[in-house]
Amino acid sequence: MSFNSFSEFLAMDGHGLYVWLSYAIAATIVTINLVSPLLRKKQLKAELLRRLRREKKAV
Amino acid sequence: MSGQKKWMPRWFYQLASPRWCYDITGKLLPGFVIAALLLLGVGTVWALLFAPADYQQGNSFRIIYIHVPAAILAQSCYMMMAVAGAIGLIWKMKVADMVAKSCAPIGVSVALLALATGAIWGKPTWGSWWVWDARLTSMLILLFLYLGVIALHSAIENEVTAAQSAAVLSLVGLVNIPIIKYSVEWWNTLHQPATFTLTERPAMPAEMWVPLLVMVIGFYCFFAVSLMLRIRNEILHRERRAGWVRQMIGGE
Repeated sequence: MSFNSFSEFLAMDGHGLYVWLSYAIAATIVTINLVSPLLRKKQLKAELLRRLRREKKAV
Repeated sequence: MSGQKKWMPRWFYQLASPRWCYDITGKLLPGFVIAALLLLGVGTVWALLFAPADYQQGNSFRIIYIHVPAAILAQSCYMMMAVAGAIGLIWKMKVADMVAKSCAPIGVSVALLALATGAIWGKPTWGSWWVWDARLTSMLILLFLYLGVIALHSAIENEVTAAQSAAVLSLVGLVNIPIIKYSVEWWNTLHQPATFTLTERPAMPAEMWVPLLVMVIGFYCFFAVSLMLRIRNEILHRERRAGWVRQMIGGE
């Protein structure tokens, strides 16, 4: 362990802002890259299902 | 493909089938999700808590565990996009076009991540957020190339034409990849040389580079997950009129 206390861990010897900002941006970008295709999948499936139902009604 | 001489292994032609691709990515996804979660989780804790601080840079050194994997991934993703684009151009393979298209948004975000973390790391280390240095500038060009590919896809209505133009742009832009790689050797630069090379042991001690390797592999697994999710969406969308997609959606 490189730190003696939690506050020391947060402060990162004065580099806290830089380190935490980097990790926060990374977490955001990773999350967006996973959530956005999942949302798109949901949307696509709903669209396809609607189309199928419409076609069934038309027949 | 009938009547044409088959001169690639069988799996290459199976890859050309959207349905086969949809099935195989569905089987591969869970493994990559678990690997990505494990590696990124372990890697992050290791990087933040257990890796030693650099004797010159102090704790800002910990940014390397995001910056280097993001930069490596941004370049690998680009190469994959260009190769997939070339396969799409040569063999008229729809799936390859979908792979190439799916690489672009991931590439933009990781290139952006590499540039952002680089800027944040540069401030305490070089005293500046940005310098017009060869490595940084060539990475910025990589970001613009990705944006160009995305712009082509959204500007051209016809999927086939869009894929062709995007593939040509990615192939031309491929020249930028060796420029990024050798920029630190060809020009005087503030940027430090590569951490990992195939021929030499890393210059930093194992306590520093082992977690970095874990993060790099974790980022690749994350890339695989995101890419497969996007490819599957692309397949669903383009094959929406195919019997198997209708059956699958209708059966759910």
